[in-house]
Amino acid sequence: MIELYVLLGLMIAGAVIAIEVKNLLSAVVAVGIIGLALSIIFLLLKAPDVALTQIVVEIVAVILLIRATLHREIAQKSYGTRPFGAFMGILFLGLAVVAAIVTFNDLSPFGAPLMTISEFYPLNAVTGTGAINVVSSIILDYRAYDTLGEATVLFTAVIGVLAVMRSPGKKNEEDLQENHE
Amino acid sequence: MNAYMPYILCMILFSIGIYAILSKRNIIKIILGVVIAEYAVNLMLVLVAYKVGGRSAIFSETQVILPESMVDPLPHALVLTSIVIGLATTAFLIALAIRLYGKYGTFDITRMRELRG
Repeated sequence: MIELYVLLGLMIAGAVIAIEVKNLLSAVVAVGIIGLALSIIFLLLKAPDVALTQIVVEIVAVILLIRATLHREIAQKSYGTRPFGAFMGILFLGLAVVAAIVTFNDLSPFGAPLMTISEFYPLNAVTGTGAINVVSSIILDYRAYDTLGEATVLFTAVIGVLAVMRSPGKKNEEDLQENHE
Repeated sequence: MNAYMPYILCMILFSIGIYAILSKRNIIKIILGVVIAEYAVNLMLVLVAYKVGGRSAIFSETQVILPESMVDPLPHALVLTSIVIGLATTAFLIALAIRLYGKYGTFDITRMRELRG
């Protein structure tokens, strides 16, 4: 599994570059590197459905982020860090990583999953639902309400984006100012 | 090598995202931190599902595939949902950031507080 470690290292390097680089457009491109490396990792981990979804979502997310940082004067402004937040962040995240390393010893080791609940799905998916892809039998049959909830969240977010991005009419703005006065 | 090494690297990636959220003043950098942390969480769930020598959870009509040889399909299905919801929340955050830039003329969250009016 040496490829996995190489790609994980690439993701961590991309994350550090995305956080610390001055130009915002470069930071967005670095996040694109992280997402595409993540989709290759999903392929290596034998999750082709997740990898396909990740590629599509990553491309859309990068396009949206580039839309936010399109202007040259926005992209080159760097505001630096909040020193108190940076100090507390390093302190407590270091503690969290140490605690996580201790806690991981209680998980089953990498490559040997605990299949007590989920072995039901491969054993029964074909006879129960008729789908040969077990993942789609789960998202569209066994846990279809999850998918319904996902669609609800997605369209609620679209409505939210439309409500926020809608440019307010001239009249409404004057009304608001009158209300303030 | 430690059997938990991929989990630890994944935790480090998550910490980098949280560090960006805590320490940056530029709101776009904070959104990038949220995105990185979300990727790390999705990756962690898929890492937990991996089985050494396992194959994808897809049966075949021409070939006999044992259910015991498959990786765990349940986290894959849940991560699919999580990825799409992550895109929706990212889009909403970006919309809010664009509106804040239109109102205050800056992405700096500390200056937004001063410019209230």
